[in-house]
Amino acid sequence: MEKLLEVKNLEVSFQTYGGEVHAVRGVSFHVNKGETLAIVGESGSGKSVTSQAIMRLIPTPPGKIKNGQILFNGEDLVQKTDKEMEEIRGRDIGMIFQDPMTSLNPTMKVGRQIMEVLIKHQKMSHAAAKERAIELLRLVGISMPEKRVNQYPHEFSGGMRQRAMIAIALASNPKLLIADEPTTALDVTIQAQILELMKDLQKKLGTSIIFITHDLGVVANMADRVAVMYAGKIVEMGTVDEIFYDPRHPYTWGLLASMPSLDSDDKKELAAIPGSPPDLTNPPKGDAFAPRNPYAMRIDFEQEPPMFKISDTHYAATWLLHPDAPKVEPPEAVKKRLRKLSSNYEKPILVKESE
Amino acid sequence: MLKYIGRRLLYMLLSLFLIITATFFLMRAAPGGPFSGEKQLPPEIEKNLNEFYGLDRPWYEQYFDYLISIAQWDFGPSFKYKGQTVNDLINNGFPVSFFLGMEALFIAVGLGILLGIIAALNHNKWQDYGAMVFAVMGISVPSFIMASFLQYVLAIKLGLFPVARWESFMHSVLPALALATTPMAFIARLTRSSMLEVLSNDYIRTAKAKGLSKFQITVRHTIRNALLPVVSYLGPLSAQILTGSFVIEKIFGIPGLGSHFVLSISNRDYTTIMGVTVFYGIILLSAMLLVDIAYGLIDPRIKLAGGKKGE
Ligand SMILES: Nc1ncnc2c1ncn2[C@@H]1O[C@H](COP(=O)(O)OP(=O)(O)OP(=O)(O)O)[C@@H](O)[C@H]1O
Ligand SMILES: [Mg+2]
Repeated sequence: MEKLLEVKNLEVSFQTYGGEVHAVRGVSFHVNKGETLAIVGESGSGKSVTSQAIMRLIPTPPGKIKNGQILFNGEDLVQKTDKEMEEIRGRDIGMIFQDPMTSLNPTMKVGRQIMEVLIKHQKMSHAAAKERAIELLRLVGISMPEKRVNQYPHEFSGGMRQRAMIAIALASNPKLLIADEPTTALDVTIQAQILELMKDLQKKLGTSIIFITHDLGVVANMADRVAVMYAGKIVEMGTVDEIFYDPRHPYTWGLLASMPSLDSDDKKELAAIPGSPPDLTNPPKGDAFAPRNPYAMRIDFEQEPPMFKISDTHYAATWLLHPDAPKVEPPEAVKKRLRKLSSNYEKPILVKESE
Repeated sequence: MLKYIGRRLLYMLLSLFLIITATFFLMRAAPGGPFSGEKQLPPEIEKNLNEFYGLDRPWYEQYFDYLISIAQWDFGPSFKYKGQTVNDLINNGFPVSFFLGMEALFIAVGLGILLGIIAALNHNKWQDYGAMVFAVMGISVPSFIMASFLQYVLAIKLGLFPVARWESFMHSVLPALALATTPMAFIARLTRSSMLEVLSNDYIRTAKAKGLSKFQITVRHTIRNALLPVVSYLGPLSAQILTGSFVIEKIFGIPGLGSHFVLSISNRDYTTIMGVTVFYGIILLSAMLLVDIAYGLIDPRIKLAGGKKGE
């Protein structure tokens, strides 16, 4: 499969009064053409910062991309000038945000806000852009689009505004859509509709999607692959099956155990991961998850775990995969769902730095 | 929309009525009368004067007479300026004050907004600090000091403008500048903080994510929304500026309305106080109505009640 986006060793930090916050600390992943990559992780793990770095929307100062490459169609976005980025934003990469109530300009007609993209990137005339805006509103499932183009955001419901945001993001057929928790602010039924719409449009348009969420539940039917982030790093990455049926990192176990599942009818209380993420001003020396990890070994506090490769597509950064590590059992809730995956290597392979 | 304006006009009449009533009685409650002064008038003359101006009649008769004459746009004779009616005072003074005020308003609004925008777009850079130091000075320096300063530097030292008097447009520049300084500084600060607030909004991030340039974002998404607070400040400001400033008019020797207002109070010139107050009230209320209409046009979330959907 062809890679659309490849992020290599991305580091982003913010200069604050309390010191330098290392929000993203060496993240590498890629997105193939037409696929959906989900990025999951607790609040503050650096998901939004990662996605904003791709769009080069990190507020500078205080933020700064300190290191790494963001290869989009083979071109490094980190090196682009602001003017060059303006051409890419909205045209090649579209973005949807968490809160549809505040993401639209309240004093501009919704149609106009869609048309802006078309006029800017497709060089359309005003009239053609308006026609297209109506079409787009229809495409995202808004009824009576001829009337709706002339309305203001406050005349739209939350779900409709998020649909309008999707119309804006997809207006010029971007190759990549970044959706940063697009449904968190919506209620459950609307949430399902928006997810359905995104999947549907992806099928029609062939867009790749980076789907950011802290809800593993929606990942299962949205994503092809999943990256799990913790404290500014990706701790595990794999296909949906690999993450759900053969997770290897204790943090992923924790996330899965705290996920309400539909198939288990026994109402056991959900095991939330105890403790809180580390202070990213002074990231800990070893594994950032170690203090909250019931499986932590001495080495976890001293040395950062390297990446291990479990299959062609499955990576995890935990010392538990080291040949010398003791064999441990994942928590009960996770153990129930484990399956043997045929694609796995015989033994996890240590990934060398250069990769 | 028409229905809305009609209703607002009705409210304006009601407010005016309250203003008239309140001033009428407050004035009567204050000690002293129009003819009490350093020189004691002989009692007969004072009695005659009171009779002539109807001040000897019971208060309710005076009150209703006054209401009726105001309804006919007749503010009565001035007690102090012999042979002049209050209408004369207003008709002579207001155009002057209005012209000067408009000039000052243009300066204050234009420069103030411009400064505020420059400061906000260069947040925490030297342009920002420069504009804000300037603004703080503008707010804290009283207008009479500013006026003398302008007279000294621009008129006396550089000879660019006449020092005082009211004869040509050139004569109006310095007083307009002096009058504009404080509101301009205030508008600059208001615009700046409002711009910064708008720039931190999510929809600005959306605009960036669309690939719009900084200029497009500023013009289309920021300024319009940032000006809302400025527009609401414009109501009281324009009423105040347009009706003249006593201090500025005194310093520059301008025959405007502002001096009549202040003088009439110290003179206890009842009819002039009343007339000018009512007139001020009318200007203020109309300015506020205009502001509300403008607000409704800028911000679609505000429906002018009774109006049709979308204008
Ligand atoms: N402008 C900023 N200034 C300083 N620190 C920042 C800034 N933006 C983000 N950070 C820090 O970067 C870290 C990662 O934040 P990020 O928003 O990426 O988290 P997230 O994974 O998206 O969380 P959430 O689920 O709450 O959206 C946090 O510790 C946050 O405090
Ligand atoms: Mg976030």
